[in-house]
Amino acid sequence: MTAIADIPEVPRAARRPQIGNPVLRWLRTNLFSSIPNGILSVVLLAVLAKGLFSFAQWGIANAVWLTPANDSSACRAVRGVGACWAIIPEKYRFILFGTYPFDEQWRPALAVLLFIALFYLSTRRALWRRELAYLWIAALALISMLMWGGILGLSFVSQDRWGGLPVTLILATFGLAFGFPLGILVALGRRSKLPAIRSLSVLYVELIRGVPLVSLLFMASVMFPLFMPNGFNIDKLLRAQVAIILFAGAYLAEVIRGGLQAVPRGQYEAADALGLSYWRKNRLIVLPQAIRHVIPPLVNTFIAFFKDTSLVLIIGIFDLLTTAKTAIIDPAWQQFSVEVYIFVAGIYFVFCFAMSRYSRSLEAASER
Amino acid sequence: MTSDAPRPPPRRRFFGAFGRRELKGLFWQALVVGIAVAVIAFLWSNTVTNLSARRITTGFAFLGREAGMPISDSLLAYNPRDSYLWAFVVGIANTLRVAVIGIVLATILGTVIGISRLSANWLLSRLAAVYVETLRDIPLLLQLLFWYVLMQALPAARAAWRPIEGVFLSNRGLILPAIPIGTPQLCVLGAAVFGLVVFYVIRRRLIAQQMRDGKPRPSWPFGLGLLVVLPAAVSVLLGVSWTIEWPELRGFNFVGGLTLAPEYFALLIALVTYTSAFIAEIVRSGIQSVPRGQWDAANALGLRRSFMLRQIILPQALRVIVPPMTSQYLNLTKNSSLAVAIGYQDVVSIANTTLNQTGQAIEAIALIMAVFLTISLGISFFMNWYNSRIALVER
Repeated sequence: MTAIADIPEVPRAARRPQIGNPVLRWLRTNLFSSIPNGILSVVLLAVLAKGLFSFAQWGIANAVWLTPANDSSACRAVRGVGACWAIIPEKYRFILFGTYPFDEQWRPALAVLLFIALFYLSTRRALWRRELAYLWIAALALISMLMWGGILGLSFVSQDRWGGLPVTLILATFGLAFGFPLGILVALGRRSKLPAIRSLSVLYVELIRGVPLVSLLFMASVMFPLFMPNGFNIDKLLRAQVAIILFAGAYLAEVIRGGLQAVPRGQYEAADALGLSYWRKNRLIVLPQAIRHVIPPLVNTFIAFFKDTSLVLIIGIFDLLTTAKTAIIDPAWQQFSVEVYIFVAGIYFVFCFAMSRYSRSLEAASER
Repeated sequence: MTSDAPRPPPRRRFFGAFGRRELKGLFWQALVVGIAVAVIAFLWSNTVTNLSARRITTGFAFLGREAGMPISDSLLAYNPRDSYLWAFVVGIANTLRVAVIGIVLATILGTVIGISRLSANWLLSRLAAVYVETLRDIPLLLQLLFWYVLMQALPAARAAWRPIEGVFLSNRGLILPAIPIGTPQLCVLGAAVFGLVVFYVIRRRLIAQQMRDGKPRPSWPFGLGLLVVLPAAVSVLLGVSWTIEWPELRGFNFVGGLTLAPEYFALLIALVTYTSAFIAEIVRSGIQSVPRGQWDAANALGLRRSFMLRQIILPQALRVIVPPMTSQYLNLTKNSSLAVAIGYQDVVSIANTTLNQTGQAIEAIALIMAVFLTISLGISFFMNWYNSRIALVER
C-alpha cells in the first residue's frame, strides 16, 4: 500500500496543536468551530437558559410541594406562577391503582413489580430458552391471582375496580403474550403455499392495519354485544384486551414476516431434506432464526403497543392515563392537570425509554 | 451399488394425481376456511337477530336522514338539519384538513430536526436528540391532552397574546391574518398551478435535450413567464383584490382573519411534534446510510455544498427514507382519529356520534374503515409512485 493510505483518519480540528485548557479545546471543536456555528451556539444557549430558568422558576422555586390533605388553597395561591406538585402526593394512590380497594393496594403494587421483574428477565440473553415461556405463563398466572384474588385468603376484586398502572401493564403484556403467537401463525399463513390460508392472512393483516386502533376499540366496546347471542356478555376490559391482541397480532405478523424473508432458502431446503414436517421445520429451524433477525424491530413494536394502550381512555377503561384524567376532575384540584400529566408522562417515559435503550443495545450487539 | 440396479416401481397413489402433500394442503385449507366461515356465520346470525330485536334496519338508508348534530368547526358549510351523509363528508374534510397539513408540517420539522441531530454543533445535536427521545417515549394521546389543557389555560380573547402583529393566541385558538379566498382568487391559483405543470414538462424536455447534445438550455424564461407573468396577468384581467384581512377584537371575540380552533390547533401541534420525532430518526438514518465515500468524492470534485447535498447525497438518502416515511404518513392519518378525545369532529368522532344516535353500529364502523382504507391506499399509491421514481435503476 502507498504511504498515503497509512495516515490515520483524524478530524482536522484534532490535528491542531494540542495546547491550552482541555475545556476550551472542547468548546472550540464542538461549539465554536466556525463563525456561524458560534453564533448558533450562543443563540441556542440563550434560548436554553431562558427556557430552563423559567421552568425552574415555575417547577422548583415557586412550586408547592406539600399541602395538608385535601386542601388546595396553597396551590391556588401560586396558580400561574408556580407548579402544584402537591397534587401528586395527594392523588398518587388513585393515579397508580384507580379504584382498587385501598387496603388491598399492595396487591396491584406487587403485580407491577412482578411485571417489571418479568420484563427484566426477558431481556437477559442467557435466559432465552424454552423455560422463559414457562416463566411467562407462571408469572401471568400469579399476577392474575393477585389481581383477582378469591383464593389463599385474598378477597375477590372484580375487574371493574382495577385501574391505573397495573391495567396499562396488563393490556400491554397480555396483548403481547397472545398477540405474538397469533402474529407468528399469521406470518406463516401469509407465506404459505396454500392460497386460501394466504389470502385469509393477507385480508386480516391489511384490514387491521388499515384502520385506526380507536375504531377497533369502538367496535369492541359497542359492537361486541351485537355480535354475541342474546344475554351473553363479557367484561369491558376483556373486550378491549381482545381488540388489542387482534391489533398487536397484525402488526407483529408483519415484523415476523420480515424475519422469515431474511432466512436463507437453503435453510428451508435443508429442513425439507431432513424430512421434517411443516411444523417441526418452522419450530426448530426457521422461526428461531427469523425471530433473532427481528428482535430490535419487535422491541420497537412493543414500545408502540405500550403507548397505544392509552387509547382505551376513549372507551372509558381505567388505565393509567384515564385515572390521571379522572384524578383532576376533583374541583379543588381541577386547575393542576399539567402537573399530573407531567407525572404520568414520566412513568410512561421510564418504561419506553428503558425499552428503547434495550433495543439500541441489541442493535449495537448485532452490528458487532 | 450400481446405477443399473432395478428401481422399485413407484407406489400407487390412492387419489391418482393428488399426492399426500396436496391432500394435506386441501385438508388444512378446508379446515381454516370452514372455521372462518362458521365464525362469521355465527356472528352474522347473532347480529341479525339482535338488530331485529332492537328494531334497527340494516343498510345505509339512515344516511339520508337529518343528522341533528352540531359540528362547530368545519371547512364545509354545515348545519344540523343537513343529512348524515353530509355530516360524514364534513368529517372526512376535517380529517383530511388535519392530516394533510400535519403531514406537510411534520415532514418539514422532522427533516430540520433529523439534520440537526447530525450537526457538528454539539449543543444543537444534543437538543435534537432530547427532543426525539422525549416525544417518542410518551403516548400521543397524553401529549394531545397536555396541549389541549395548555390551550384552555391561555388567556381569554381580551387579553390574547400577540407574538407578532396581527396574530392572536388565546383560549379561542390561534387567529391569523388571512386573504379571503373566493372564486376569482381560485382562478389565479388555478393559473399558477397550470403554469407550474407546464413549466415542469418544458423543463424535463429541455434537460432531456441537453442530455442528448450537451448544450445548456436555460429554463428560467419559461419559469418567469409561466409562474409569474401568467398568474399576474390573470389577476389583473379579472381585477382580483389581494387585500389581507386583519383580525380585530370586537366585544368578546375576534372578527375577520383565519381562526384555528383550540381543538384543531392542539391536535395539529400534537400530531406534528409527535410524528416529527419519528421522521427525524428516519431522515437521520437515511443520511447516515449514504457511504462516506460519496461525500469525499463530491468534495474531491469541488462541488458546492448545496449542489452536493441536492444532487449526490439526497437522491441516495431518499431511497432509504421514502418507504418508512410512507408508514409514518399513514400513522399520522390514523392517529388523527384521536381527535375524538378532545372533541375535534373528525370522521371517527362523527361516526361515533352517529352510532350513538342511530344505533347503526355496523354501518358507522364500515364507513370509518372505508374512509381510512381509501386514504391509506391513496397515500400508499402516491408514495409507491414516488418511490419507483427515485428508486435505484439497475441494469
